[in-house]
Amino acid sequence: MSINYLLKRLLWALPTLVGVAVVVFVLVRVVPGDPIAMMLPPGATADDVGRLRALYGLDAPIAKQFVVWMGDVLRGNFGTSISLRDGVGSLVLSRLPATLELVLVAVAAACALAAVAAVGAVFFRGRWPELVVDGVTGLVLAIPDFLWGLLFILVLGVLLPWLPISGRIDPTLDFDPATGFYLAETLVRLQWTTFIDLLRHMLLPALALALPLAAALTRVLKGSLIDAMNQDYVTLVRVKGYSKARILWRVALRNALIPTVTLTGVQFSFLIGGTVLIEYLFSYPGIGNLAIAAVNQRDLPLIQGLVLTFAVLFILTNLVVDMAYSILDPKVRQA
Amino acid sequence: MNPFTRRRFLQATGAAALTAPLANSLLVPTDAHAQAAKVLTIAYNVALPSWDPTTGPSAVNPTIQSFYKAVFDSYIDQEPDLSFKPGLLTKWGWNKDRTKIELEVRKGAFWHDGSAVTPEDVVWSLERAGDPNSGNPIQFVWGKIGNFAIDGQKITADVKEFEPSLFKWMAFLTGYVLPKKAYTEAGAQGWESKPIGSGPYMVDKFERNAFIRLKAFPKYWGPKPAFETVVFKLVGDASARVAEIESGASDLTLEVPYEEFDRLKMKSGLTGVAHPVSDIGMIFITNVEPMLDMNVRLAMIHSIDKKAIVDKLLRGYGTVIDTLEAPQYAAFDPSIKVKYDPELAKQLLAKSGFSSANPVKFTIQTTRGFKPKDYEMIQAVVGMWRKVGIEANIETYEIAKHFELRMRHGLAPAAFYNWGNSIGDPSTSTGFAMFSHSPHSAWKTEDVDKMIGPLWGEKDEKKRIEGYKAADRYIAENGYVIPLLQYSQPVVHKSSIKFTPHVAGFILPQAIKPA
Repeated sequence: MSINYLLKRLLWALPTLVGVAVVVFVLVRVVPGDPIAMMLPPGATADDVGRLRALYGLDAPIAKQFVVWMGDVLRGNFGTSISLRDGVGSLVLSRLPATLELVLVAVAAACALAAVAAVGAVFFRGRWPELVVDGVTGLVLAIPDFLWGLLFILVLGVLLPWLPISGRIDPTLDFDPATGFYLAETLVRLQWTTFIDLLRHMLLPALALALPLAAALTRVLKGSLIDAMNQDYVTLVRVKGYSKARILWRVALRNALIPTVTLTGVQFSFLIGGTVLIEYLFSYPGIGNLAIAAVNQRDLPLIQGLVLTFAVLFILTNLVVDMAYSILDPKVRQA
Repeated sequence: MNPFTRRRFLQATGAAALTAPLANSLLVPTDAHAQAAKVLTIAYNVALPSWDPTTGPSAVNPTIQSFYKAVFDSYIDQEPDLSFKPGLLTKWGWNKDRTKIELEVRKGAFWHDGSAVTPEDVVWSLERAGDPNSGNPIQFVWGKIGNFAIDGQKITADVKEFEPSLFKWMAFLTGYVLPKKAYTEAGAQGWESKPIGSGPYMVDKFERNAFIRLKAFPKYWGPKPAFETVVFKLVGDASARVAEIESGASDLTLEVPYEEFDRLKMKSGLTGVAHPVSDIGMIFITNVEPMLDMNVRLAMIHSIDKKAIVDKLLRGYGTVIDTLEAPQYAAFDPSIKVKYDPELAKQLLAKSGFSSANPVKFTIQTTRGFKPKDYEMIQAVVGMWRKVGIEANIETYEIAKHFELRMRHGLAPAAFYNWGNSIGDPSTSTGFAMFSHSPHSAWKTEDVDKMIGPLWGEKDEKKRIEGYKAADRYIAENGYVIPLLQYSQPVVHKSSIKFTPHVAGFILPQAIKPA
């Protein structure tokens, strides 16, 4: 994959982002609910309403509002949140690391679970463990992530109160982060107590996100592995005396990963969107939770900023997936 | 091939040695972690958007006043029964002809940065509140006093326009004293990262939309709080709050569904308190057809069995009301009663040519899930109406839409809403809800304006209260609004702590003690 190709992809992303910006800008203004009306104190006069509208630029025609907003965005200014009275950019940046860490842990967990389950199913092909894997993946796929979240809260938070069910970190811990990436930072700073605490808080929401993805990945990977195990190169290494486990892990898996990587990349983007419900259920302070609050408050600048953020993440994820694809498949690299 | 090799045994043992302590660290009962620190943990339902309790939309949000009350002092404080007591002001009042106000500032109060609270701070706070450019949403009250003068601990000011509820507002929304020096040095943005109050708790750590950690202020002028550290955890989902209290991860929570409340209070180690708060459920009537027909309005009111709604839907957690004044409010008149009489309702409708065969039809708007059982209540009301000859079509909308429609007088003929009133003054309930010039009223007619209008500036307090009672009676007799019930706030807490309910619905950590 050449630099030119990367630059081309990034350039193509711009009209996509502009399209997303137009759609979200218009939609949030068409949907019922006036943020100014929600802010009105008792006794507010028409002048007060007019002043508030002008303050947030809501008195201008929609087209003019859009041009002003796009101009600001291109200069890196995403506006000020109406409900939180802070810059949208800084609000999103302060919450994004929490969501990214959660999603990365969820994807890592999903991949690990899927790899173990798929390899195990193919290893024990035709026997009861394969049936168990197939049955469990079917069941897990049928249950949406938020339901898993509720189940985990009930079982592992209430019935067996082993894990915390809200928040990102124990509020009584004295932790002064330099970045928003708490997990990575505590690992680097060797703050094990805080690291364990962060993991404890992350485990249930990450698992809730990971399970449906793991089930989907297991099915795809299992299919790819079975195909790969029937290839000539596998027959060759089998003749050479490789054990079945070694063939699966060291030979077949790498080639079987390609469709799984594509699926993971696509699902990663959906997973970021899926954090909205999970973060709300677990009171996890990421951009998903922020999005719910923004919609409830009709915080137009914040909604716009968050939607653009999701769009950028989607585009970047696809780019990373393409790059990973080229690393895994030499044919793509050479193309 | 032998699967049990020495290499595999060593690998498995090493893995077990690593994962066992990790699993042990990860899977520890959450209680154990909570008990390690003697901290009061409250699972709260709303987030704090801003640490400025005097400007912006958060300043008029009643649900976040609990945070402000812990960190800042009001000019005048409130007891749990809404009666007033000294805050940073030890004395307050009007002069004889009500052309001036006189205030006395408490001695021995300190800001969290160690500096003393001075009358200059009080004057600056009041002047800032009254400045139209400050963004104080209640500026229309604070702006009615000015020309402040300080003499020792005493402050006097001119009354530009008489406001009967001025001193009540000093205990209510935006009625907080801020430090002049610290605020002006920090600026609005800097203030958010280091708010300084004079209240019983200091802000120790604030993670927006996550948690607030407070530490007791050692130089607080009032009683020392029982808990040194308080944590407010934001838990927006009601089922998650139920799980928080049930698992022991939190010591107290609020606004859980009534069914869960009944279940939780029976559990060993938990106590439930459902107390009436200054929040009522009501149906706005808009002065459009068919509501212009008094027979229709009165029939709507007489056909609603409010007691059945409270008993059956809200499991008895609520108080039936017949005016917009709850029993704890200053202008509550228990003699104003509107009886449940479906036969009377049918007779009234018949006078206007309506019946079950020829029902009067209109739309009623309601939220769904914004207040406990809001949609279900309206369903019940519509069912009761149907029996007498009223056919109402339910339209659900979000609270944001309600505000928008109300502001432009565009609500449906009937619309369900709740109305909070933490000072219990009739001007902030009947006044704002029924006066046609208020952007919050739905029924806008001159007859009500003639009754309420003169009360805004009435200097005789007794006459003012009687005036509102008369207005409430008139409104009830004409069916201009349908008050339904006063809400009860369900609070569940560990039995190891003692919680005193506050009629304004505040959760004040400074008032919570070990049992």
